[in-house]
This record gives sequence, C-alpha cells and structure tokens, in this order.
Amino acid sequence: MEITRDRAVWIYERMALIRVFEERVAQLFADGRIAGFVHLYAGEEAVAVGICTHLNDGDFITSTHRGHGHCIAKGVDPGEMMAELFGRLGGSCKGKGGSMHIADVSKGMLGANGIVGGGPPLAAGAALTAKVQGSGAVAVCFFGDGAAEQGTTHEAMNLAAIWKLPVVFVCENNQFAESTPVSYHCAATSIADRAASYNIPGVTVDGYDVVAVYEAAGEAIARARRGDGPSLLEAKTWRYFGHFEGDQITYRTAEQSAAYREHDPLTTFARQAQDRELLQKEDVDRIDADVKKKVEDAIEFAEASPQPAPEDALTDVYVAYR
Amino acid sequence: MAVAVRTLSFREAINEALSQEMERDPSVLLMGEDVAGGATVPGFDQEDAWGGVLGVTKGLVQKFGRDRVLDTPISESGYIGAAVGAAATGLRPVAELMFVDFFGVCMDQIFNQGAKLRYMFGGKAKVPVVIRTMIGAGFRAAGQHSGCHYSVFTHMPGLKTVVPSTPADAKGLLAAAIRDDDPVLFFEHKLLYDVQGEVPAGEHLIELGKADIKREGDRVTVVAIGRMVQMALDAAESLSSEGVSVEVVDPRTLSPLDEDTILSSVRKTRRLVVVDEDNPRCSMATDLVALVASRAFDDLDAPPQMVTAPHTPVPFSPIMEDFYVPTPEKVAEAVRATL
Repeated sequence: MEITRDRAVWIYERMALIRVFEERVAQLFADGRIAGFVHLYAGEEAVAVGICTHLNDGDFITSTHRGHGHCIAKGVDPGEMMAELFGRLGGSCKGKGGSMHIADVSKGMLGANGIVGGGPPLAAGAALTAKVQGSGAVAVCFFGDGAAEQGTTHEAMNLAAIWKLPVVFVCENNQFAESTPVSYHCAATSIADRAASYNIPGVTVDGYDVVAVYEAAGEAIARARRGDGPSLLEAKTWRYFGHFEGDQITYRTAEQSAAYREHDPLTTFARQAQDRELLQKEDVDRIDADVKKKVEDAIEFAEASPQPAPEDALTDVYVAYR
Repeated sequence: MAVAVRTLSFREAINEALSQEMERDPSVLLMGEDVAGGATVPGFDQEDAWGGVLGVTKGLVQKFGRDRVLDTPISESGYIGAAVGAAATGLRPVAELMFVDFFGVCMDQIFNQGAKLRYMFGGKAKVPVVIRTMIGAGFRAAGQHSGCHYSVFTHMPGLKTVVPSTPADAKGLLAAAIRDDDPVLFFEHKLLYDVQGEVPAGEHLIELGKADIKREGDRVTVVAIGRMVQMALDAAESLSSEGVSVEVVDPRTLSPLDEDTILSSVRKTRRLVVVDEDNPRCSMATDLVALVASRAFDDLDAPPQMVTAPHTPVPFSPIMEDFYVPTPEKVAEAVRATL
C-alpha cells in the first residue's frame, strides 16, 4: 500500500494539526479559558491518522475520553471542536457535550466517550448497520489499554467475530490506565494476543511509526470491507501530557518521555517522507505554518460563537417533567 | 369502515406488532438471547424456533430470516450496546433483554450511551432503539427474575418507558415505540402473555404519552400500571356493589406521562389511589402522588393512598410472593380509606 505524495501531505498535515490543537488547548486550559475535564492526545497522533487515512465520511469511528485526535483525523471541523470546548452554541454539540462527547455523525464520528469501554459495543452496532445495509462501510473502534480490561470490549469483539462484522478494534496502548501501568493491569503480555480468543487476527504495531500503523490498518480495514470480519490492532504509544490536564504525572519519569520525544511521530514521518522524496522541507514548513493558522482561526471562531442561553439546557432531549 | 378486530393473546399481539413493523420497514430488526432459538442450531434451520424464552418472537425467524432475527450470545452489554450503535447509524433495532433484572449487567449501554447520545451531541443524533423486557412477579422466579424496575428507567432523562396492560395496547404502543426516534424501554409483564383481548388486525398505533381510562367512575380515581390495571378493575367491580364508583386510569406510558388525564380525573373524583407492582421508594407511585399533591392539592378530599410491592426484593416462596404483589382486596381497602 504505497503512500502517495498527496497522502503524505494529508498524513503530516493531520498529525501536525492534532499536535498544535492539543498544545493550544493545554495553554487555554491552563489560562482558565476552557473548563471541565480535558484529556490530550499529543504523542499518539500516528495512531488516529494512520488508521483514518483509510476511511471516508461513510465509515464510522467510536472514540474515547481522549478523543480530539480521532475527531481531527476523521475530519471534524477544528473550529466547531474548539467552540465545543468553549461551551458555545457553534460547537459541534452546541455546547452540550464538551471535550468528552465531541461528535459529528455526519462525518461518521460517533462521539468521544466519557465511559472507558463505552465505545466497543457501539462500534459493533455501527458495523452491523453497514453489514445490514450492504453499504461497504467499516467501523473503527478506538480504545485504550485501560478499556482492554472492560467486559464491553470483550463482548463487542466476540459479537463482531460471530457475526463477521466489518469492524477494526484499535487498542491505543499508551501504557497507562490513568496512573496504573499496563504491566500491572493486564494479565496478558500482549493485548493483541487476546484476538486469538475470538478467532480473529491480532497484531501489534509501533504506534510512533505512522507508516507501520497505516500498513497494518490497511490490511485490517480491507479485510473488514471484504466481509471477512473484524481484527484487533494494538498500537504501542505514549501520551506527552498527563491523563488529564492538571495531572502532575508523578507515575512516569521525565527521562521516559524524553526518550519517546526523540522518536516523535511527526518528526519521524517528516524525515521518512523527505528521504522518500514524498515531501520537501518547504512542504513541512508550509504545513506547520498552515496548521498553526487553522488552530488560531478555530480559537477565533470559538470566541466569536455565541454563548447558549441557560434554557437551551432543556432542548435536544425528551422533557417529561414540569 | 369497520376495523377488523380479533381476539389475540398479549403475546400474539406483540408478535404481530413486530411482524407488521418488520414488513413495513426493512430497517427494523430483532436481536436478543434465543429470539430465534433453535433456528441457529446447525441442521435445525427450518424447525420452529423457541422465539424467546416465552415464545414472543416465535415464527419471526422463519418469516424474516436470520439476518433480521439475530440470536445473541449471553452478552447483554455487547448486544444492547450494538443495538444502540446500530440505531445511531440508521437501523431501528428491537432488542430483547430477557428479564428486566438483567439491566444490571448492561446499564451503561442503556443509560450512559443510548439515553444520552442525542442530548450530548446537541440533538445531532437520534437513537431509535426499542428494548423489550419482561417484568413482574408471579412465576415463583425469585429475586433476580421477577422485578418491575420501570421506575429506574423512568428516572433517566432521554428514555421513554411503556408499560402496556392489554393485548391491543401492547400492539399499538409497540408499533409506536418502534417508529419513535428516541430509545424506548418496553415492559411486558410475564403474567399478561396469555391474557386474551380484542386487537385491531391492521396498522394499529397508540401515541406515546396518552393515558387510557379503562373504567369510568366519579368517586375515586385509581391510577394503575401494567398488570395492576386488572387488579384495579377487579377492585372497582367489587366496590360498585358497595355503591362506590371507581375510575381506573391506565397511564400506559410512564415517560412521557399524561399528567393532564390523571389530574383531570382526580379533580373530578377528589380522591387518588395508585397501584404499582414496583418497589415504592423513588417510584412511579410516589411520583404520581407528588404530581397530584403539588398540582391538585386543593382538589383533594383525602390523603392519596399507595398500594405497592413492599420495599424488598421479590421472594421465592409462593406464600411470600403472593403477599408481595398487590391484590384487588388491597386496592379496595385503599379505596375505602379515601372515602
């Protein structure tokens, strides 16, 4: 599955957009301009982008509490995302969802999810829709190593396997469930090995190498589209920020993070793409500048978007109580 | 034009609603444990299936095939969640949760996913899923297969809750629930399945949120839910010989709740008795009393009465279980207490 120049541009641009978006959100949160819980995706960009490169608007994804990267990779508008973080009417959920529930069903993005392990059954259901309708669409279920221990994840994999649903389960193993290391919380040495229980393919890839993710995802997604059923893909990764903004990260060392930064997925891909003459230095510089502008534009859009009225809380749900 | 009406059981009426909605709309499909039953056993494809543990979906797999009548593993979080995900992406699944008591193993998918998606997404998603589930004491099935628990779901914003009491209502309310764009919990009392009643043959829809006055009267209003409607009607019949005229109101749906019909009946009779098989604390019974107390206090001539299950799990012993369930005698006693 050769990466073309256009695809290389898209991959680098999406990863850079996620990175800048998350770094700016961290600042805005620290400045008190964004409220609530915020879980940042920086460091894990290669996973969402390597997978979503294969998807189009008709395909579905389910996400996690750490969902901004999945949204951007799936094409959700950064301005609407930022407005949602600001709690404004112009937000993707009109200010009702916030960071943990950003969604855009029109883009096949079925929502970030505040419940660890909440998404896998939904992804199986979206894949069931695709199968019943014969649409050729696939569903991708992103979940973390923490959710790998939830029963819902296992139930959804079993269901998808017996019904041969077009779904790819993508475990983003960033090696910590909040502050608890995977070595403690997981009885298996490899999460991908659990695929054997469901008689489906399970592979582990380097989640810092977007090309490796892209290639492994290509096989899994093609298998799903062919009607051959689900797969499990485990991407080993690392988050640069804490579990949530405000986390003092007392459970990891600075040296560990520095080692990952040396293999940063963005700089690694920029170098690989230049070595393979897919991108020029000027492309990288231009994209870096473009995404910074996109994020500043998103912040401007969010700030210009109107605040909801208090009574807007009463819409978009059946209100049975007076 | 006269509508053709036949006598069907409550079970057959539900089966007919499912069948007619599946014929009408190809996006409707069924899933649940044993809903196709033996039809998934190799070599038994053509055999008549269980059709659910009490036979409510019997014959549907032969009619609509295994792609639309899906047996599931015993994996309630998995398949209830898959029904929610399928509903959010274009299907209209009807999932069967065998006994409502099993909500404990899949509540996140109902409560945090199904009920909240539309709201959390700013109204940009709809979740037209129906979860049918069996409720009620009377089978000597003890603590984990006998509860009602519809109050739990009625408490949750974003869910609609339906508790039919007759075969005709079951058919009309289920068809409306399937066509509704919100998640609907549909509660079927297991002791009603064999009850017979007249049911319209063709399309039959009952709008959610419309109570039905099952018996008119002017002295005391009895609001009764599900199987308790029959208890109230039996009590009303015996009280009529004492010269007490009882009006029996069946809310039919708890969310939305037809407050107007209940309040106007109470304003007429000036007395309220609520009959509910669910446990009383934070229940529909207390909710209905609160409704009347806060909105029609000045119209009341007596304190409202509640006839409910005790606040315990359902016991096994037939003697204890019979004590647990409200009876016409207990209802009549409560009615007399308001006079």
